Amino acid sequence: MTAVHTGPLVQLQRPTIATDRSRRTAARTVTLTIDAQSVTVPEGTTVLAACREIGVEIPTLCFLDTLHPVNACRICVVEVEGARVLVPSCSRAAEEGMVVHTDSPRVKHSRKLVLELLASSVDLSTTPQVAEWIEAYDAKPQRFGPPAPPAPAGTREAAAPGHHDEPDVRYAATVAQPSTIDNELYVRDYAKCILCYKCVEACGPDHQNTFAIAVAGRGFDAHISTEFAVPLPESACVYCGNCIAVCPTGALMAKTEFDMRADGTWRDAHATTDTICPYCGVGCTLTLHVIDGEIVKATSPLENPITQGNLCIKGRFGWRFVQNRSAAAEDVRGNGAH
Amino acid sequence: MDLHLRHAAPTDEERAAVDALLGAPSSAWDGGARGNPLDGHVSYVGGRTTRENRHMLLSALRALQARVGWVSETGIEYVCARLGVPPADAWGVATFYALLSTTPRAPRVLHVCDDIACRCKGAAELIEQIERTLGPAHAHAPNGEHVSVDPNGTVWMRSPCLGMCDHAPAAFVQQAGVEAVESLVAEMTVEKARGLASGAVIPNEQRESRNVGSLRTVASTSPDSSTALGMTTQIPQRGQPSLRLLRRVGVVDPESIAAYGASGGFDALRRAIEIGAERVIDEVIASKLMGRGGAAFPTGKKWEAVAKQVARPHYLICNADESEPGTFKDRVLLDGDPFAIVEAMTIAGFATACERGFVYIRGEYPLGAARMQHAIDQSRAQGFLGQDILGTGITFEIEIRRGAGAYICGEETAIFNSIEGYRGEPRNKPPFPAQAGLFGLPTVVNNVETLANIPLIVLEGGAPYASIGTALSTGPKLFCVSGNVTKPGVYEVPFGATLREMLEMAGGVAHGRALQAILLGGAAGVFVGPNELDIPLTFEGARAANATLGSGVIVAFDDTVDMTQILLRIASFFRDESCGQCVPCRVGTVRQEEALHRIALRKPIGGVAREIALLDEVGLAMKDASICGLGQTAYAAIESAIHRVGVLNSK
Repeated sequence: MTAVHTGPLVQLQRPTIATDRSRRTAARTVTLTIDAQSVTVPEGTTVLAACREIGVEIPTLCFLDTLHPVNACRICVVEVEGARVLVPSCSRAAEEGMVVHTDSPRVKHSRKLVLELLASSVDLSTTPQVAEWIEAYDAKPQRFGPPAPPAPAGTREAAAPGHHDEPDVRYAATVAQPSTIDNELYVRDYAKCILCYKCVEACGPDHQNTFAIAVAGRGFDAHISTEFAVPLPESACVYCGNCIAVCPTGALMAKTEFDMRADGTWRDAHATTDTICPYCGVGCTLTLHVIDGEIVKATSPLENPITQGNLCIKGRFGWRFVQNRSAAAEDVRGNGAH
Repeated sequence: MDLHLRHAAPTDEERAAVDALLGAPSSAWDGGARGNPLDGHVSYVGGRTTRENRHMLLSALRALQARVGWVSETGIEYVCARLGVPPADAWGVATFYALLSTTPRAPRVLHVCDDIACRCKGAAELIEQIERTLGPAHAHAPNGEHVSVDPNGTVWMRSPCLGMCDHAPAAFVQQAGVEAVESLVAEMTVEKARGLASGAVIPNEQRESRNVGSLRTVASTSPDSSTALGMTTQIPQRGQPSLRLLRRVGVVDPESIAAYGASGGFDALRRAIEIGAERVIDEVIASKLMGRGGAAFPTGKKWEAVAKQVARPHYLICNADESEPGTFKDRVLLDGDPFAIVEAMTIAGFATACERGFVYIRGEYPLGAARMQHAIDQSRAQGFLGQDILGTGITFEIEIRRGAGAYICGEETAIFNSIEGYRGEPRNKPPFPAQAGLFGLPTVVNNVETLANIPLIVLEGGAPYASIGTALSTGPKLFCVSGNVTKPGVYEVPFGATLREMLEMAGGVAHGRALQAILLGGAAGVFVGPNELDIPLTFEGARAANATLGSGVIVAFDDTVDMTQILLRIASFFRDESCGQCVPCRVGTVRQEEALHRIALRKPIGGVAREIALLDEVGLAMKDASICGLGQTAYAAIESAIHRVGVLNSK
């Protein structure tokens, strides 16, 4: 018996990211109607970008300007006349003559349910804006029953695809589980994970090209995992923290912030200072977050053209020397002066 | 990209399994030996050629599973080194498929069907008996936990529909090892289970071939051709002169190219080449053939859209991932007339300018895969496939890809990701497959039964073909009739028969029993009541009755069936088979199952009416906001059972 191996196949080329900026250069335009307003945008603009152009607010969770849209959360759905189902505005390109409704009963219903389904299964306590949306869409996550208690560590990862235990009718199933603290730099609190794929995209093809994490498992048991679910220090992770930068829910959080939140010393309103990272010649813009005179976190602005929000381990985590007052550190400083 | 590998080497068995599929590694750059290990990091300078073979990932994982009985860290890492895939990515793929075990498992596994059609034939009771006899079903051990595995042991697991509804209750058995064996088991009993668990030879055995991870049938070497004809000899209408799609099934040896040729085989291919690609498409358009996989999209339109795409190459996929509960027609065609599928694919490839086609066969169909591989090999050897087909200079190659236990991979874009070596998650549309499909290129995806119509259309002409059936539903159609009927099986009729006629053809319910409900179109279809038997089974008739034909499923439930349990099973099915990508489906299928369980256990939150309202609301969001057809139809059958048949009225 012979097997054909007709050679390698062409790999899928990822399309360019549909950011507003890149689309503004397109020569042709399309005109569409959004909530009875006519708007003309460059060809290739997403419906979401077109909505934002005219000030129509659309909630988003899994969308980020610097990443390929995965349209997984479905909170940004809108109704397009003639389409059988709702469409994700974050990834759907605007078309000539398209008639879009962003506030129809169907749209409101799906957004409300998406919020209810998420809020009933995931801890959204550190997700910005979600409380406002829950109120605005009159979402009532508690109507599915009381949330199930946290699963012991490791049990969600062990679920076999295609099999699950019969539901416990006392509770609404959740992804609640203990936080994973396996390194000094950042915490993975998957009880807060909405599976938006952003960290996977940032770690993989969109930014870092490290591919230390992926979605594993299937269905409700799908989860973000390192290879073989090993602890981060044993994985391919390079601690750039670019996953933290894109996480919309606080499931990925710098250890400094996580600890301060646990101690009650964190304040969302705090001073920030932009500076340039001192380590190498790239000159990434650093935003230093300062609480009570101490640097507590470093980020980079998403809209910065050089970094697009990305840093490396040094820029993101290597700032402690600035305020290290230990005797050993004084020594180092002293030695350096010679 | 830097591959971070944790382990030095795979076991000898794992290496052998993967090398048998991919060939020996050429150098240290693709997983071979190297003298100077650099800190566990292998730098893939110029690794593009390695990475271009990522589409072999699922086949390689299947090869490990078949040889070793599970997919280990060392095995996965070796595959990663061979294909340039990051281990985290490969882990994501390995943990997606139900037929792959990422924890140690006994080499012999019985997958016992627990789905709706088998439940009509006592599957629930059978599973209870098996549980008593063989102990509890196998479950994954938590990561890191040490598991002892009996190297000669057998475990059993529940399985979703195996596409053996005409032989319910069914099972699928896998035996790992150097000579791996897989087989579907008809009319499963606790005695058969006990026998298989104590090492009995697996019936209708299919051996995993060592070089491609595809299968070779042992039956083909048997002089007794009745064994070679296998289970498909049992189609009820066998040999009837009115048959078109099924005319060879059970009559013509599916493993003989000579017999195929003598029964008119390859005449359509010759005719197609003679009239040219454009004419073929014109005839298919004129035939008004609609896709038979469930979506009923006009095939000619699909072909035309791909044919005119400028981007090259084009790809063709024959979707044989038949997994819709209650569907088994494609299995019958693959098992019973594989050369016809090869011929039809070749015509389709020729018409739409594809030089390469894939047939994606669900992992639970070993006989179909073996017969297809045999048919492909024979066709190539005789010049009907490959380069320079029939001396005309036309090139078309077919490769088999096998699923590994994931209903979602039958979705037309999830199938692309599965073939490419990614998780079988559907893509958002647009872009449609005709524009950007497999590997981002224009792709035709056709169901097996759809393709089986192509030779008929080419030979008869599109217009004469269109005169069969009704004005809007043309041609012959296969219906999979199962559940509580006395003669379950695949039945072929010209479009236009009513539901009543189909049930009568299958013998109706047993004497003394009354019909309670009928499921049309599978788990993604709708239930209708016994008062709706005059629904014409045409696309337009079903639509007018607010029903669907789906993939041609008709499951009859008599008055012995607890319909609430059937609904719980359907809800459980969607919760298991959701890929988990989008929120409405990932969480909605869980909430749907929970609400139904609360109703069934008489513990509703705020009363049954409120729970049904909740189900309606969740169902609407799944239908409106899910990415693909799975989520969009996950409530369809349950909704119809509640509101149309009144299943929960007594609760």
